[in-house]
Amino acid sequence: MIVMENVYKKYPNGVVAANGIDVAIEQGEFVYVVGASGAGKSTFIKMMYREEKPTSGKIIVNGIDIAKLKSSKVPLFRRSIGVVFQDFKLLPSLTVYENVAFALEVIEESPRIIKKRVMEVLELVNLKHKTRMLPSELSGGEQQRVSIARSIVNSPSIVIADEPTGNLDPDTSWEIMKTFEQINSHGTTIVMATHNKDIVNTKKHRVIAIDGGMIVRDEQRGDYGYEA
Amino acid sequence: MSEMNNEVITVMKLRTIGRHVRESFKSIWRNGWMTFASVGAVTVTLLLVGVFYVILMNLNEVANSIEEDVTIKVLIDTTATPEQQKALETELKSMPEIKSVVFSSKDNELNQLVDSFGQQGEILKLYEQENPLNDAFLVKAAEPETTKQVAKKIEKLESVHLVNYGQNDVDKLFKIISISRNVGLVIIIGLLLTAVFLISNTIKITIVARRREIEIMRLVGATNGFIRWPFFLEGLWLGIFGSIIPITIIAILYKNIYGYLAPKLEGNFIQILEFTPFVYQVSLLLLLMGCIIGVWGSMMSVRKFLKV
Repeated sequence: MIVMENVYKKYPNGVVAANGIDVAIEQGEFVYVVGASGAGKSTFIKMMYREEKPTSGKIIVNGIDIAKLKSSKVPLFRRSIGVVFQDFKLLPSLTVYENVAFALEVIEESPRIIKKRVMEVLELVNLKHKTRMLPSELSGGEQQRVSIARSIVNSPSIVIADEPTGNLDPDTSWEIMKTFEQINSHGTTIVMATHNKDIVNTKKHRVIAIDGGMIVRDEQRGDYGYEA
Repeated sequence: MSEMNNEVITVMKLRTIGRHVRESFKSIWRNGWMTFASVGAVTVTLLLVGVFYVILMNLNEVANSIEEDVTIKVLIDTTATPEQQKALETELKSMPEIKSVVFSSKDNELNQLVDSFGQQGEILKLYEQENPLNDAFLVKAAEPETTKQVAKKIEKLESVHLVNYGQNDVDKLFKIISISRNVGLVIIIGLLLTAVFLISNTIKITIVARRREIEIMRLVGATNGFIRWPFFLEGLWLGIFGSIIPITIIAILYKNIYGYLAPKLEGNFIQILEFTPFVYQVSLLLLLMGCIIGVWGSMMSVRKFLKV
């Protein structure tokens, strides 16, 4: 569950990226975040995983006010959420398996659990047959699925995706969407910033539209609403 | 999830330590020439530190042994009666700041003088008929540093003709040591900073090369400590590698010098420091300094880049 109360964010250069945001996202929801570039969409998303701190206001994720969270506690908090990016952020010298396992190794999970969990999530994203391949040997869609697998290998309650289909062709984007819906069906909250009009209009979910740092529209089963 | 949180608090696991050590060696290998330059800088620095240290410590030892041997020569008035002489001796022996009082007759004094001149001293033997020297008490102060004050005090006593002591030479030696220590310190600090700077640059390269890895680690919730460890270790290794050559060279050098000088100084009051434990102390000091330089350099870079 994510709750934002009266959240403001002003960057040192004077740009106001969040101008009084109030929102509540229930556990298990699937939410699209839409808006033009520079509308404050990225800041909205980044504040959810404590990449950015709000200037004022409360951001409560799974019961903790992360606006007040000490830097030393951020690593623990990050283990309860998964993050997916447009550019995948895979390590080029590691295989598919190693890339996913990396997320568990650096939080000192036991090898037995790592092996079990990595194979589980790679099966979920349909990449069990490509575990030994390097990212460079995979298509864009496959690379994104590796990155999704990495984001959920820690069994997070929330997955935050910042334009996950931004670099992918339409067919592949649908494939990625299917993966996200599958993860969502297990009760994981999905918050997905996107410019993909087709997906938003076809796969109906809650839509939060952001403009000028404010939520200008918040509809269950909404439309994309912009002429992209 | 709570099960996982608890694990973070537990002591670092063996395989985690293994991982950090592996990662740190990978970077050392990958940085090639920068590693070489850093280790070289540490080597040069520590070699100079070591040589300075060995020389200064030995000069100090020599000065101390000379100081230990400083004797106050109390010349007794030629007019003093045996009773007065006895009284003076009693008085000297009763002073708490005096360690020992030894009588030396004027004949004995003359013999020593003759000896000190060697061949040419033969001519002084002419004085044997009518010895112009005084009988003397050879006095040693309990604390060598107080020799000057003790001498001044003795001067005022009755039946004392003159008081001689060699403190000035020792003072000069101590002054030389103090100056060379300060000059050495300045040079060493300069070299030290250079070595730290080179190491911090090497680590910086490692951090930049692994930026993406660090970014992902932060994203998936690796603690800052976990992220920092390999860099900390890399710095430590650079410092330790840099101390190997200086330690070896100094140990070999000192063994030879000691082997050459010690027999010559046998029976002499001048001493140099014994091979053991001195060389072990120097080695430990150099190793420790190497570690400090390495860790300091790496922490400098890490702090800047990991914005902790």
